[in-house]
Amino acid sequence: MKITRQEVEAVARLARLALDESELDALTGQMDAILGYVEQLNELNTDGILPTAHAVPVENAFRVDVARQGIGIDKALQNAPETGMDSFRVPKVIE
Amino acid sequence: MDLTGYTLHELRQLLLRRETSSVEVTRAFLDRIAATDEGLNLFITVSEQEALQAAELADLRLSQADAAASPVLTGIPLALKDIFVTAGVRTTCASKILENFIPPYDGTAVSKVKEAGAVLLGKLNMDEFAMGSSNENSAFGPARNPWNRDYVTGGSSGGSAACVAARQAVASLGTDTGGSIRQPASHCGVVGLKPTYGRVSRYGVIAYASSLDQVGPLTRDVEDCALLLGVVAGHDPADSTSIHRDVPDYCATLRDGVAGMRLGLPREYFIDGLDPEVKQTVEKAIAVYKDLGAEIVEVSLPHTQYAVACYYLIATAEASSNLARYDGVRFGLRRDEGQGLIEMYRQSRAAGFGDEVKRRIMLGTYALSSGYYDAYYLKAQKVRTLIRQDFLEAFGKVDAILTPVAPTPAFRIDEKTADPLQMYLSDIFTIPVNLAGTCAMSIPCGVSTAGLPIGLQLIGSPFGEETILRAAYSFEQATDWHRQQAKL
Repeated sequence: MKITRQEVEAVARLARLALDESELDALTGQMDAILGYVEQLNELNTDGILPTAHAVPVENAFRVDVARQGIGIDKALQNAPETGMDSFRVPKVIE
Repeated sequence: MDLTGYTLHELRQLLLRRETSSVEVTRAFLDRIAATDEGLNLFITVSEQEALQAAELADLRLSQADAAASPVLTGIPLALKDIFVTAGVRTTCASKILENFIPPYDGTAVSKVKEAGAVLLGKLNMDEFAMGSSNENSAFGPARNPWNRDYVTGGSSGGSAACVAARQAVASLGTDTGGSIRQPASHCGVVGLKPTYGRVSRYGVIAYASSLDQVGPLTRDVEDCALLLGVVAGHDPADSTSIHRDVPDYCATLRDGVAGMRLGLPREYFIDGLDPEVKQTVEKAIAVYKDLGAEIVEVSLPHTQYAVACYYLIATAEASSNLARYDGVRFGLRRDEGQGLIEMYRQSRAAGFGDEVKRRIMLGTYALSSGYYDAYYLKAQKVRTLIRQDFLEAFGKVDAILTPVAPTPAFRIDEKTADPLQMYLSDIFTIPVNLAGTCAMSIPCGVSTAGLPIGLQLIGSPFGEETILRAAYSFEQATDWHRQQAKL
């Protein structure tokens, strides 16, 4: 086994996904198969090979430091599930 | 001829000659969508009113004395994959989590086609968050292939490819992270191009895997593809990964021919798992190039077999990070059962994401998690370097590379849904290009005995779009596969 059911549950917690029992069962088998498949990368010796994060080299993109118009509060909030006092409203964080 | 049957460049001439109007053309497409989409399920949102308004404005522009100086898409009806954010028009990414999302702004590619005068008919079906190879992972149901409704369109830009094949739009835009433009273009018998990474801005394109995602056109022929690429390409200050580099006139070199061009055949792409009919069809296409005077050279891309494994670590890792923004706070679905903030996040995400999206978030979260990062994500990034080097070496010897697009023609709906890994392997010939960051396109090169289209992939060197477009155009002029149409 590349991954256990217990590890899958831990990953679901990290990923903030409330998965039910049948989803956790299915994912354990599927992730195990996929992780088994990706194991083949270890056939390759990559000592001294630099990782590629972007295929086209990118450098810091600087621009002149001038203020620009934002989209404004109304538009920023227009899709929010719940708002109040010109803000996004969320469930209580600290009891 | 029915107005929906023209290519973009033909329609442009008709509009300039005032033989038809944008309103007339737009109505013809809207009628065709209404008549055919119930069986195909290609549109998630049809924006009829906005389209007709834009068409009226376009007709005003076309009625002026200097109409010939109007931008190239003036009055042309296009449709967009539902991954492009469109101001005031619902954008779902085919996900329940964004079912009611109305973006406050246009993405750059959208602004560019609008500024070029396009009429936008609506938003197209896709795999949820562009994760899939069949357009079956959509919260709005699978898209169906216009050539045979029992078959998939391919994915993730399934709606974008199929709407062009079904003549529901003149052309469309899609995105390609591991083959999501080229594979559905191949399965639906249309032209689709994935530009070099950085050629087109990703601003306002809902992110899946940011180091791989790229916007590109899906069209009826190669000239249309060159036109549309020219409109959307270019640097954008809002996307710092877009490249400062002039955009050539992609149409100017289309007719230069392929005599003396060196075309490479990578031996690793002509493998046992390749469907015999696809193999024969691609071999016939290669013979056409020989007749046209191209030189065919064998090349090797030795790390090809590792590309799928490499991709499913890098893409899922990036996806798990990108999709963290869907938390029920600023936009999208919220499920709150009064158990606090963290539980609200967990419930909202569980209710909003489909199975494949959950699977990829889980894989990516695992690959990035403490203790596994080096073994999975970093290892995959190093293998990515090897895959990119394969291509750069090959392009030292050849001008372009010819391969199949997919190992088989379109498969049946539900045929591969039970086994995610088998589904992932259907992208084996397209994924390496995204990892290498270079450009490639799919053009129609045959039809299987079952009546399904087969595509030829032309891979270009970084920023070699002109070369593959020229090679594609030569093939198209010598054959008539692009004129074959799905019978609806």
